[in-house]
Amino acid sequence: MGPVLEGIILGVLTGGVYALMSSGLTLVFGVMNIINVGQGALVILGAYLSFVLEQRLHIDLFPGLLITMPVMFLFGWLISFVFRPIKRDLMMLSVLITFGIALIIEGALNLIFSANIVSLQGWYVTASIPLPGFSPTFYLSYIYVFGFLLAVVLLTGLYILVYRTDFGRSLRASMENRTAAELVGINVERVSSITFGIGVALAAAGGMAFGATNGFDANSAYDLISRLLAIIVFGGMGSLSGALIASVGMLVIEDVVAQVWQQNWATTVFFILLVVIMVLRPQGLLGQKEGRQQ
Amino acid sequence: MKFFKAFGLLALLILVILFSSGLLLLVLALAFPQAFASGELTPVVISLIVAVTVVGWNLLAGENGSIKGVGLLILLAFAAAFPLLFPNGEVTSIAFFTLMFAAMVTGWNLLAGYSGYLSLGHVVYFGLGAYALALICEHWNVPAGYGIFLLVPVAGLIAAVIAIPAGWVALRVRRHAFIIVTIAMFFIGQLLAENLTNVTNGTTGLDLPFPLAWGGDFFNTPFYYAILLLLLLAIALSWWVRHSKYGLGLLAIRDDEDRARGLGVKTEISKLTAYVLAALIIGMAGAIWSYFIGAVYPMSAFDPTFDVTIALMGFLGGIGTISGPIVGALLLEPLRQTLAANAPDWYLVIYGGLLLLVLLLLPRGILPTLQERWQKYRALRQSERPSDDIVISSLPEQGKPANIT
Repeated sequence: MGPVLEGIILGVLTGGVYALMSSGLTLVFGVMNIINVGQGALVILGAYLSFVLEQRLHIDLFPGLLITMPVMFLFGWLISFVFRPIKRDLMMLSVLITFGIALIIEGALNLIFSANIVSLQGWYVTASIPLPGFSPTFYLSYIYVFGFLLAVVLLTGLYILVYRTDFGRSLRASMENRTAAELVGINVERVSSITFGIGVALAAAGGMAFGATNGFDANSAYDLISRLLAIIVFGGMGSLSGALIASVGMLVIEDVVAQVWQQNWATTVFFILLVVIMVLRPQGLLGQKEGRQQ
Repeated sequence: MKFFKAFGLLALLILVILFSSGLLLLVLALAFPQAFASGELTPVVISLIVAVTVVGWNLLAGENGSIKGVGLLILLAFAAAFPLLFPNGEVTSIAFFTLMFAAMVTGWNLLAGYSGYLSLGHVVYFGLGAYALALICEHWNVPAGYGIFLLVPVAGLIAAVIAIPAGWVALRVRRHAFIIVTIAMFFIGQLLAENLTNVTNGTTGLDLPFPLAWGGDFFNTPFYYAILLLLLLAIALSWWVRHSKYGLGLLAIRDDEDRARGLGVKTEISKLTAYVLAALIIGMAGAIWSYFIGAVYPMSAFDPTFDVTIALMGFLGGIGTISGPIVGALLLEPLRQTLAANAPDWYLVIYGGLLLLVLLLLPRGILPTLQERWQKYRALRQSERPSDDIVISSLPEQGKPANIT
């Protein structure tokens, strides 16, 4: 029972961090009909921003988010203008455009930081607490707990923003029906830009937690984006709670498989499970059934 | 009269192409004198000229099938003579990769361009084809030589057979989820190649027989002709699909799947056929590639950047067209290789920036955008003549679908 429980604990804690990264992705898809394959690169960019603040200015990772998140929000807000003139085939083109953006980010990061693997530092990264009740004592690094708490705080904020404010109401209206939302006077373009900014800011926060628990370089983006995309399909594209459940579900499955079987089969099992679920339930866990859209 | 008109058009074509390629050479020579003199830009220049020729030829020939046929023959003659004209090993290597991508994009276009289902994971069949050939050679102790090329279709078929159940699963979902399911399948392929160590040898990879007899600059030549043959097969397939009732069904699926189904198009089997045909072409490309490279590894045979490269080339040239994928491959691959070799630090930034620029300026691809503008210009010019009826002349010919060139 020990290894399974360890896997579940680790999975839930890191799943929260993945929920941060994937919630932005699924919101942006819902509102703008854009598949942002650059989200992985944006996560890594956020991690590097935290890295610079911590290394050069000696600002702790968590307060540093007060700087990186607004900066990344602005960056995302700016990126969203790229999509405004496109009227046809937006979804397909968005995949390629965001990939182009990801390439530029990756190239720039490689130029500045070279391809060395780095990781974020802080006292909570090295310090750990022994969990009671495990026979070979299971040490849990504080960063996992802190990252999870950060995710809970930010996602609660996101929940309030989406379901309890006027902006959230226009956001959900734009998701449900873009044209109708425009007709009742919602500035859908503005909502889209802000949503993209929020998505990127959340990615930056996720990137900080990711960078503190994993070594990373500019190339880590490929691994990340494949997981994030799998998560939002798994949860149902455009569904916020679906993304949360899928993030935690995926990471729990991965970590349990890694603990009881082998690390290198963990991701394979997840992807195979994803395909099985797509066969049984093509719209994902909480997605809307697809069909004719007018 | 018709003969003279066609002849005049041909002469005009050749003049325009000579003029534009001369201009291109001049601009490049002035902009990058050093790289130009040292010959590093040769592949880029050649491919640019060929791409401009293909685009110009398509625009001017319009719907005239015989002129298009002549153009294809000239292009074919040039492609066949290429290793003789430019025997340099580096140049033929880039030519090999360009043709390889042209073939893969043409195959991918059968699915993505005609049926509208954008697959970002078809490179999984590239890897499967590569591994299939490597495993066949290992288990049967196939000696190096020309005989291995005969096994390429076998490797392609293996990839295609695997694509049948995989495609059935992937095509259960629509557009956007399909994109991501294909990406997931790609990573399953890569991870399996990494993890099934007793079959694939894991990250150590597999070696293929090395043809020692083909030394020096000649080494690339057999591979070049093999991939050229594959490209021809892909073009023939693409032409057939484009001009058949089956292809019309695919285009109907692209425009409105539910309505197409209502009109009696067998949507499921049509989509699956396109998926498997694309896998077949890409699988064979992977097999030839593995023999050319001489070894397969999970990370090189299942390369995620290939997936996006294919889609980019398709979009750049114009998906749903026959020559668009070839134009896309001609423009991007030599440029990418030259950039990667000469400016490794800045390569990703420049490449990404260029892609962004092209996608934003020509979102529908070079060929469809230019074709539309050219037709508008022609219609405008004809409308100034009093005798022609503008409404009739701007309509597409009967029996040919509009807007899908």
